[in-house]
Amino acid sequence: MDAPRLTVRQLGCERDHRMLFENLDFSARNGEIWQVTGANGAGKTTLLRILVGLHGFYQGRVEWSSPLPPSLLYLGHQPGVREELTARENLEYNRALSGQTGDPDAALAALDLYGFEDVPAGRLSAGQQRRIALARLWLDGKDVWILDEPFTAIDQQGVAALDQRLRQAAAQGVLVIYTSHHRVGDGVHRLHLGEDREVAP
Amino acid sequence: MSAPTLGAVWRASLRRELTLIWRSPADIVQPLFFFVVVVSLFPLALSPKPALLALVAPGAVWVAALLAVMLSLDGLFRRDQESGALDLLLTAPVVSVVPVAAKLLAHWLLTGLPLALIAPLLGYMLQLPVAVLDTLMVSVLLGTPTLTVVGAIGAALTVGLNRGGILLAVLVLPLYVPVLVFGAGVVRTALDGLPTGGLLAVLGAILALAVSLGPVAVALGLRISAGD
Repeated sequence: MDAPRLTVRQLGCERDHRMLFENLDFSARNGEIWQVTGANGAGKTTLLRILVGLHGFYQGRVEWSSPLPPSLLYLGHQPGVREELTARENLEYNRALSGQTGDPDAALAALDLYGFEDVPAGRLSAGQQRRIALARLWLDGKDVWILDEPFTAIDQQGVAALDQRLRQAAAQGVLVIYTSHHRVGDGVHRLHLGEDREVAP
Repeated sequence: MSAPTLGAVWRASLRRELTLIWRSPADIVQPLFFFVVVVSLFPLALSPKPALLALVAPGAVWVAALLAVMLSLDGLFRRDQESGALDLLLTAPVVSVVPVAAKLLAHWLLTGLPLALIAPLLGYMLQLPVAVLDTLMVSVLLGTPTLTVVGAIGAALTVGLNRGGILLAVLVLPLYVPVLVFGAGVVRTALDGLPTGGLLAVLGAILALAVSLGPVAVALGLRISAGD
């Protein structure tokens, strides 16, 4: 087995005088899918923000085997979509900023946004705005995906397509880490934050 | 894995920021309207005597321009933060100074520059001699980018706070003082018929300092705010 892409050792984070989590240990490799679960307020979003380097106040170690930013595709709790811009403008800006490659129109079409490319995002529904952000997963060039609640506000069909996309990407060597309250699927590693912490395949 | 070139990020960012401001015209009109209204109130409040107005004109125009820029900055990063776009900017594989600088340039082009262009008109309204109107415009032209950049540092540090507006003013106004002193000073010097080159050079030097170091400070401020 090749060396882990991400190694987390003794990770702990305190927020408002409360330990969110402590002594977190796990290592993740390319080609794996990790689902972070836990109750509301268990620190899932904070954990992801620590992993991507946005949140700097923690104890323990987070080590990436190679520098993260060039490989990282991060989708935060908020979709990062500006309402004044159209679906295509949003996606093209994010593509340029992150240095991804691929056809934005094809990515939008894959998420059933064909015909909505030139509509300002503010006039689309919450689910459609979420889909604009998710369209980045259909672009190329990133092999660490860190996704905060990617299934939120997505309909059943969309969830199925997204699930399939995550598995397809993992098969091509992408490391996927996401938070979700959805059922943990087969072959997905689970990382539970909270009382009954366990790391099980 | 793929990292973008700085040029591509700069172009994409500049296009995005200009489009964003252009699509919410209130952001352009509001500072301009504020500037015009505040300056128009001076003749009503003081007295319409030309000699008195010409005396207070440099200060009145400059204070109004300074406040107009500051008011326009409160929301500079807020909508990006609320929408999550700021987190994407900070995790991008490119130094965040580049998109931040593009944002500042776009903001100045559509808010600071119009203030400079309309300043001579307001100076004329306050009975400034025509001969000093060009000095007034140049001073505002050199001063507003500094105000934008310095104010943006405060906006970056207060972006995560509710009602950060008053805190922004407290943070930023003291830093605005040198620009105000030299900006209004240049116009007064021109009014006295003295050479203004030296004072304009000082304004230019402050501008060079702000433009070269400011975006770095803004990017660091955003990172601090995101780290919470």
